[in-house]
Amino acid sequence: MSEVLASPPKGHIEVKNFSLAYETIEGAVQAVTDTQIHVKPGEFVSIVGPSGCGKSTLLNAVAGFLKPTTGIVTVDGERVNGPSAERGMVFQQYSLFPWKTVRENVEFGLKMRGMPRSQRERAARTLLGLAGLEAFEKHYPEKLSGGMKQRVGIVRALATGPKVLLLDEPFGALDAQTRVIMQQILTNMWQRLKISVLFVTHDIDEAIFLSDRVYCMTARPGSIKAEIPIPLERPRQQSMMMSSEFLALRRGLMSLIREESLKAMGGEINDMGMQGLSIELHGHSLADVI
Amino acid sequence: MSGPALLRHSKDSMPAPAVAEAGPAPAVIPPPTTPSSFGTLALRWYRLNRAGLRATAIGITSLLAFLLVWHLLTTYRVVFFVRFTNVPSPLAVYASFTKAIHDPKFLMHIVLSCRRIFIGFSLAAIVGVPLGLIMGRFKLVHEVIFPVAEVLRPIPAIAWVPMAIMLWPTNEQSIVYITFLGSFFPVLVNTLHGMSLVDPVLVRAAQCLGARERSIFREVYFPASLPHIFTGLTVGMGVAWVSLIAAEMISGQYGIGYFTWEAYSLVQYADIALGMIAIGVLGLGSSLLIRGAGQLVMPWRST
Repeated sequence: MSEVLASPPKGHIEVKNFSLAYETIEGAVQAVTDTQIHVKPGEFVSIVGPSGCGKSTLLNAVAGFLKPTTGIVTVDGERVNGPSAERGMVFQQYSLFPWKTVRENVEFGLKMRGMPRSQRERAARTLLGLAGLEAFEKHYPEKLSGGMKQRVGIVRALATGPKVLLLDEPFGALDAQTRVIMQQILTNMWQRLKISVLFVTHDIDEAIFLSDRVYCMTARPGSIKAEIPIPLERPRQQSMMMSSEFLALRRGLMSLIREESLKAMGGEINDMGMQGLSIELHGHSLADVI
Repeated sequence: MSGPALLRHSKDSMPAPAVAEAGPAPAVIPPPTTPSSFGTLALRWYRLNRAGLRATAIGITSLLAFLLVWHLLTTYRVVFFVRFTNVPSPLAVYASFTKAIHDPKFLMHIVLSCRRIFIGFSLAAIVGVPLGLIMGRFKLVHEVIFPVAEVLRPIPAIAWVPMAIMLWPTNEQSIVYITFLGSFFPVLVNTLHGMSLVDPVLVRAAQCLGARERSIFREVYFPASLPHIFTGLTVGMGVAWVSLIAAEMISGQYGIGYFTWEAYSLVQYADIALGMIAIGVLGLGSSLLIRGAGQLVMPWRST
């Protein structure tokens, strides 16, 4: 276990003067502009923002899938040039290989590194045990529930001992109860591994509950609107979500995001106001109005 | 308004089925204290496999009905738009079948046809699958080969017969070539289709686990395309038989297609039907083989 998991606390992500534009027929469309973020070694940082604000774009640039138009992304001072096993990634759609069993999925990164079969089997079993999945090692992903799939996804990303873990709305497709359990599991693994985490979500509670720091992004073109430290002490419990501290943080973040979401949804809603919508519906069912 | 009425109705009618059920229920369902008697097991097995049994029973009945209709049409020599005067009866075909299975010549026809299918189809798979994979991965190869393939693809294999005879020194080679052509395009096109549907997120997942180009090809693109490759192989096998029989009828000296055509020339009407049925059974058998191979190769797809 220790050979797989114990790595010195490193993984300093630095994103400087970052902007990214897509070329379209009408010209360049700015997805993210003038963004600086950083994740200190061993830190858990979330990015929240309205949908379409470019938070996933930013994460994909850190992963190495997208090249910044301007600016630079570095991890431990080394420039990111493309995807690598040093930066483990967890996707919202789980993206497990359907033709590989649970254990073969977890082994994949080790196999790519050329680790001999018996050794990587042992490593994969240890990791699956940590995630409570050893009983399912021979199952194909199709047979697993969403929560189990994503646990495999996380374990697979951690198997190669990456410096940083990038998660792109990993629990977005899970039901509320499973999501809470997964957050707990992720927290446990993170504390055990002392790995740096960059976590993208649109769920404010999730961001506060998990993170040391939260970046809030503006509507498209995305940039950093605010950086909010989360001083809640660890280990964090489910019950904390009712504490006044938590609720105050939640209220603050909520209003920041609300502003940006309204901006993102366009002028009409702003002009009309949300009341306009509710008054029209008042006393009628939605079907009547339509 | 209709709410209470509905409610009353359901309340009223509820005791009725309950009473009706109470009567026969103890007789049919044995008490749970004797759980694994033969009777209960048989009953449970029947319940679990009811749908399958039903399909099998209907299938067999339908085949028997087909034979019966065939028998009636031929014994009464029905002429109603279609003339059944010279069509052999099922019994006559069965008689010629019992004779044929002892005839080494008939067996040789079958063995030769199977060999042609085996060689032609295998070549199509060996060339078509890798070519499709490479075309799906490398744009330039796709751009070069695809237009040519699209022009050649609509040409039916039968239209290739004269050209094949000119191209290949022996008859045997030209027949195998035509079989190859027939199955090649379905294999190629389906493999390409499979490649185009590979989930890019899986490719990215492999990349950030340290996979390089060659590993991604082997570990992601190939297995992800396998279901479509097998669709292509199944379709290709069907077309291979179509092409083979046509080629054998036109230019063959042996083979089950030639046997069928020869039977017509020699006025052996029962043998015509025998040849046709043999082709049907061989075609069915070969596609079952491919389906079985597919299940072996893709264990994650079997339920």
